[in-house]
Amino acid sequence: MLTLNQVSKGFGGVKAVEDVSFTLRETGISGLIGPNGSGKTTLFHLITGFYVLDRGTVHFQNGRISGLPPHKISQKGIVRTFQQTRVLPFLSVLDNLVAAVPGQLGERLFPLFFRPGKVAREEAQNREKAVSVLETINLIKMKDAPAGDLSYGQQKLLEIGRVLMADPELIILDEPTAGINPSLIRNLVTILKDLRDRSIKIFLIEHNMPLVSELCDEIFVMDSGRLIFSGSPGAVHKNEQVIQAYLGRESEA
Amino acid sequence: MDYLYHILIVCLIYAVFAQSLNLELGYAGLYNFGHIAFFGIGAYTSALLSLSGVPVLLAMGIGACLAALAGAIFSLPALRLSGDYFGVATFVFAEMAHLFFLNQRDLTGGPMGLPNIPRPGFTGSGVESLPYFLAFVLGGALVTWAVLQRITVSPFGRALKVIREDEFVAQALGKHTFGFKTQAIVVGSFFAGSAGALWAHYITYISPSDFSLQETILVLLCVVLGGKGTNWGPVLGAFAVVFFGEFVRFIPIPPEYTRFVAPAQGMAYGLILILMMLKRPQGIIPEGRRSRKC
Repeated sequence: MLTLNQVSKGFGGVKAVEDVSFTLRETGISGLIGPNGSGKTTLFHLITGFYVLDRGTVHFQNGRISGLPPHKISQKGIVRTFQQTRVLPFLSVLDNLVAAVPGQLGERLFPLFFRPGKVAREEAQNREKAVSVLETINLIKMKDAPAGDLSYGQQKLLEIGRVLMADPELIILDEPTAGINPSLIRNLVTILKDLRDRSIKIFLIEHNMPLVSELCDEIFVMDSGRLIFSGSPGAVHKNEQVIQAYLGRESEA
Repeated sequence: MDYLYHILIVCLIYAVFAQSLNLELGYAGLYNFGHIAFFGIGAYTSALLSLSGVPVLLAMGIGACLAALAGAIFSLPALRLSGDYFGVATFVFAEMAHLFFLNQRDLTGGPMGLPNIPRPGFTGSGVESLPYFLAFVLGGALVTWAVLQRITVSPFGRALKVIREDEFVAQALGKHTFGFKTQAIVVGSFFAGSAGALWAHYITYISPSDFSLQETILVLLCVVLGGKGTNWGPVLGAFAVVFFGEFVRFIPIPPEYTRFVAPAQGMAYGLILILMMLKRPQGIIPEGRRSRKC
């Protein structure tokens, strides 16, 4: 699956991620938690190629992906969402999804003019798939609305839908439930569990601890750029270092 | 009647030019302030070749291809810049092209320009050729429209819009943004070069002052006024801008003030451009947000 080996990244004097090494388990949902500023999002940016590593390597399915540009990493099957929702506001909800299909024939100019039949058939299939994804995420009624008209929570769902369109092997979600209402969270949890059951690997950052315990099969904890814990959700609550990271150290005096 | 032919020909040439800019600005979100350079490269190449005996249609084709090639070469360094910095680079490129036309006297004739550029054989020359030339330009404009329609109302055009709206999302979805933008510039430059070649063979005389910042603003106005991100918008914008420019000629202005007309016109264009961007950025024809069949 995904293996990080001594991954490090600094910004000026700040070591945002330092010597992080781990391997994700093959299946299920893995969670990454840690206090604000502990380097979780930076780590996700490093895995997906949006930041360049200072040191270390990232391997995915036995191939090295560190050093590749983001679109190449995406093409290898790692598709992500962003912490701040990033839908394409001026495109329709449906187009937001169809656009997410990788390697479309109609995205190349030559087939567009010389193989129009095949382009049209592929496009029809992609639209059909987008409609079925919209049904899964309950946004089918908004199909033709510009994505900018959706509520914040709906935009988060649309981002998940966009990831689904890409048929990824590994989904990376940066705080999927932040800022959305409880009923939409349940909706999202159902979708994530369904993906897990279809053996799509998920790696997510999440602050909602009950949710992490419910969803995750393994948990990684970061603090000040370092990995301080990895293990089962049951063990994390009892770990001394993790408790200190969240609650602070007892004063010596 | 001949005057009307003339206006329509100029409108259509600007329509081709504006549509080519729209592919970059409206769809790919590339603020190209130097598009006139590619228009100029097409015009000079085609004019020089036809003056040295190459058949006009072939010369125009080569002019358009050379403009496309220039676009490709220009993209390599310029697309490493993002946003405003890219805009500055395009602006500088246009200035370089302008200075090249002005100073390479042996090749371009310098400030004196190139006179006696031939019209295509089948349209003849002189006033009686105007309807034929109009038909020729109309054909070119229709082909341009059809090709750009196919390119933009398609998965390719949609990918350009994704890049325009959010480049990070495009990358996260596996789109090679650099490749898409380069292709948009190459195709845009090809049609800008075609428009330039049409212009050269229509006016039959070109000089460096035809390819200055003033013209860049004019074509930018066509796109922004008509509506960027649609294929009809720039066509409508081109007609509106050209007709407005011709209309100004008929305003009775006392002879002692005529020297102020040209600068005032330039200021008016700039003012309209600013007002449009502030008050109606979507232009006269707004971009449809409903998903369309590709």
